[in-house]
Amino acid sequence: MFTDFLIALTMLTNFTLVATSRVNKAIQLAVFQGILLGLIPIAMGLGKHLHILLVAAAAIAVKGWLIPFLLRRAVTQAHIYREVDPYVGYTVSLLLCAAGTGLSLMLAHSLPLKPGSTPTFLVPAALATLFTGFLLLVSRRKALTQVVGYLVLENGIYLFGLLLVEDMPVLVETGILLDLFVGVFVMGIVINHIHVAFDSTDTSYLAELKD
Amino acid sequence: MALLLILLPLAAAALAVLLKDSTLRVRLLPATGALHLVLLLLVLRAWRELPHNAWLGLDALGGWVLLVVSVLFLICALYAPSYLSLRPDRDHRVFTVCILAFLGLASLLALARHPGVVWVAMETTTLVTAPLVYFNRNRRSIEATWKYLVLGSVGIALALLGTLFVAYSAHMGGLEEPLHFNRLMAAGASLSRPWLRAGFVLTLVGYGTKMGLAPLHSWKPDAYGETPGIVGALLAGGVTSCAFLALLRIYAVVVAAGEGPFARELLLGFGLLSMVWALVFMVGQVDFKRLLAYSSVEHMGILVFGIGIGGLAARFALFHLAANALVKSVLFLSAGNIHRSYASKQLPQVTGAIRRTPVSAGLFFLGFLAITGLPPFAPFISEFQIASAALTTGHLASGAAFLVLLGGIFLTMSDTVMQVVFGVPSPQRIRTPYKDTFATTAPLVLAMVLALALGIHLPAPLRALLEGASSALEGNPPVPVVSLTGVAQVVQTEVRP
Repeated sequence: MFTDFLIALTMLTNFTLVATSRVNKAIQLAVFQGILLGLIPIAMGLGKHLHILLVAAAAIAVKGWLIPFLLRRAVTQAHIYREVDPYVGYTVSLLLCAAGTGLSLMLAHSLPLKPGSTPTFLVPAALATLFTGFLLLVSRRKALTQVVGYLVLENGIYLFGLLLVEDMPVLVETGILLDLFVGVFVMGIVINHIHVAFDSTDTSYLAELKD
Repeated sequence: MALLLILLPLAAAALAVLLKDSTLRVRLLPATGALHLVLLLLVLRAWRELPHNAWLGLDALGGWVLLVVSVLFLICALYAPSYLSLRPDRDHRVFTVCILAFLGLASLLALARHPGVVWVAMETTTLVTAPLVYFNRNRRSIEATWKYLVLGSVGIALALLGTLFVAYSAHMGGLEEPLHFNRLMAAGASLSRPWLRAGFVLTLVGYGTKMGLAPLHSWKPDAYGETPGIVGALLAGGVTSCAFLALLRIYAVVVAAGEGPFARELLLGFGLLSMVWALVFMVGQVDFKRLLAYSSVEHMGILVFGIGIGGLAARFALFHLAANALVKSVLFLSAGNIHRSYASKQLPQVTGAIRRTPVSAGLFFLGFLAITGLPPFAPFISEFQIASAALTTGHLASGAAFLVLLGGIFLTMSDTVMQVVFGVPSPQRIRTPYKDTFATTAPLVLAMVLALALGIHLPAPLRALLEGASSALEGNPPVPVVSLTGVAQVVQTEVRP
């Protein structure tokens, strides 16, 4: 029951994410979502397996503490507080997000699941979160908001991974988390360089190269 | 010993971080490259069978791809010291560390026997090569780096989702972790079809983005255009080969599950689309480095086209991987030299390079002839065999389209290349102190000679390796293998044709 509640909260976070214009708030929401996802395996009653508990704790530490630390540092270095004039407006984004969520529910319905104790909404929530990540990536101008989109995309994949959480080798889980962390770290550095080179982190300036 | 293939470059990278002396640090590159190649050849000599539970181990397919990457790395490493001495103002430490780390990760990817480990290795190669794209530290290169990083990360995230789908299809079939490739292939029939198909589509899109298949290639011309030639060579021959291997690993599972025809149709489509796209953007291309990037899109298309035809064509697609990597290294490195000499990489400024840098321009021209499939170079063999396999196995329309596209690409590419090499020198040209030297051209000559030698004769051990590699693509459990963990239980099996 509690699991379904957490999953529903995750899906609601998607809507708030696409509707917010403040970069700090978007980061907070992505972090909140990351922590929710870290709690789901425990709510599913898998806390008795030590390795799952450890990986969940690591996920919460990386998504709730390390990554926001990196992103906030990028915010203060580049002085970006607001997403100005996104390619797709907030209302349209909300509508698209709702349509994507509906589509995910339909799509998930047509995929067969292993009979058992899988929470019903895990697959649609994963697909909807994935879609939200994509939406943020393509519809926002600021490099930082695009990184938030990438984080949300990864959150969607993590949600799907929960279907396999009992089986997934710790080695692979740790590798995925480490890569996410290093990825955001490198993106943070590049954002800082973009800021220095263009005096802005608006990615619409990055349009010199084309055919 | 195979574990050393991963540890040696990573240890060298760590050493490069610590070393203060920059000449010594740069010399690490050729030393590591040579040692890695020798080590790999020693490992490949000992054919063994791989136990089902090994996490790391070299099979024929991984061995072949790693051999290509290792040779390419050595060529680039031999070229690197002379190139870096021309660019004293740039950060050599980051450069050295990143390309050494890349070699270690490529080895990890080739040895990995678990889809999750393959994914982690592939993602990490994206991260370590991003600073290489930013080598020139200007506005244009930061734009290229951002696109490379974001598109690469998103693509690779989809590949992760695809990998999870494949794992779930095994989960539904009652297969427990760890899902090593051998176990997945052996249990092929029990995998859940819808999840497996969806998983393959996602991994194709994901790893296809890293390979640069059209229409997922948009980072490619920017990244290849703005990096030094040496990085372009490593990306076009190394990183793309790694992504291709990652895709082939999943493809082999799909074939073992009996879904081969579905996968091959998709590959065929992506292959032809990439070639068409490359042809369209090559027309009137004035930037010769971007031209090479589109040529890379084309050749990634040829690779998946060959796999899509299957059978003999798949074997020659693997051969083409080697041919493409060798010739691309010649093209990118010579283009880098010409770029250095003219301080420009665009057509009106760069014409008649044969007079100013005769050796580099000559090699650039030879490389162009080789890559567009003129005999007797190696790409001719693979392109010819793929086309004839397509025509003789009933893929008449695809085979004909393949040949027409190859012809069209030869014509459009020759337009730009002829002007760069033989054109009338432009009045706007800039004088730079760069001159061709032995050190900046000898590695290219070596690569060209290797491409020629491969085109004339394929030595028996290489042929055996290639046959083993292509048999893995037919859904057979991998044959010649070296394992790291189960030396006691291995069975010695000679695999010679």
